[in-house]
Amino acid sequence: MDKQAHTSGSDLNQQISIRRVASGDLSFVMALDESVTGLAKPDYWQDIFSRYAKRRTQERFFLVAENTNQDFAAPILGYIVGEVRAWEFGSEPSGWVFAFSVDPDMRERGVGEQLFEAISEKFRGAGVSSMRTMVERKNQLHMAFFRSEGMAAGPYIQLEKNLDE
Amino acid sequence: MKLQKSSRLAIFALIELASDPKAQVSVSEIGDKYGVSSHHLAKVMHTLGRAGLVRSIRGVGGGYSFSGNEKRTTLLDVIMLFEDTSTGDCAVENPADVTAAEWALCQVVNEIDEIAQATLGAITISTMLKQIERNKKTAKRAKALSA
Repeated sequence: MDKQAHTSGSDLNQQISIRRVASGDLSFVMALDESVTGLAKPDYWQDIFSRYAKRRTQERFFLVAENTNQDFAAPILGYIVGEVRAWEFGSEPSGWVFAFSVDPDMRERGVGEQLFEAISEKFRGAGVSSMRTMVERKNQLHMAFFRSEGMAAGPYIQLEKNLDE
Repeated sequence: MKLQKSSRLAIFALIELASDPKAQVSVSEIGDKYGVSSHHLAKVMHTLGRAGLVRSIRGVGGGYSFSGNEKRTTLLDVIMLFEDTSTGDCAVENPADVTAAEWALCQVVNEIDEIAQATLGAITISTMLKQIERNKKTAKRAKALSA
């Protein structure tokens, strides 16, 4: 039996390191995203890496949950990406989370919570007191996760128009 | 959106029981706290029991205890036990069956219903317990600041 199947949430917490992404992590991040969404987006991730891992890093945060237990197959268990944005739509500076995922086999073990808390701390350190994200209405997994972390409907409503109508 | 009384009572009772899963709480204790008759609450608890969300313990010191999964049970799961959430005021499937104005209003009402359902379907009993704890901390901080 593999060790992964027997590791409790609290044990796993001690085997995770939350840190900024490094170039060697990108292939694992891309693989995780592709396995969850079914879409490979190499150009997108290369662009995100160059902008969020290398530039304006005092307000841009690309964090990964690294598995420090060599027995696990994948070294990267999850990621979260966000930045401080200001004055869009009249909004005061706020943290925005726009990418987030956890290895499906590692869910409900505190990986997502650690990533969420880490980026919250980064945003606080950058001087903002609120953070936002956007979730597809039917994505109950992400919606339930963000709600459990204390997020709720904010002061803005997202609107869109079908341009083919 | 207005929830029916039974749905509200069921959510209150589940929060009460899930806050201490080992406790056995009587119907009258919950009823007294929320100002409702034991008769009405007993019916609600019976429905929750059939859904596997609470367990009835008979005998002296008996009562109800939480037997569901607090991280998986959403508010929508509970509400659906007591009211029909499948259609709102607008159940039109084919726009050709109604006037243009009726269809336009239907679209607005459905949009609101979808948002309400997505919200209720994403909030678990566990999330409600966390929210209650956060509210308590906020109130405590506010009290400390005003002292």
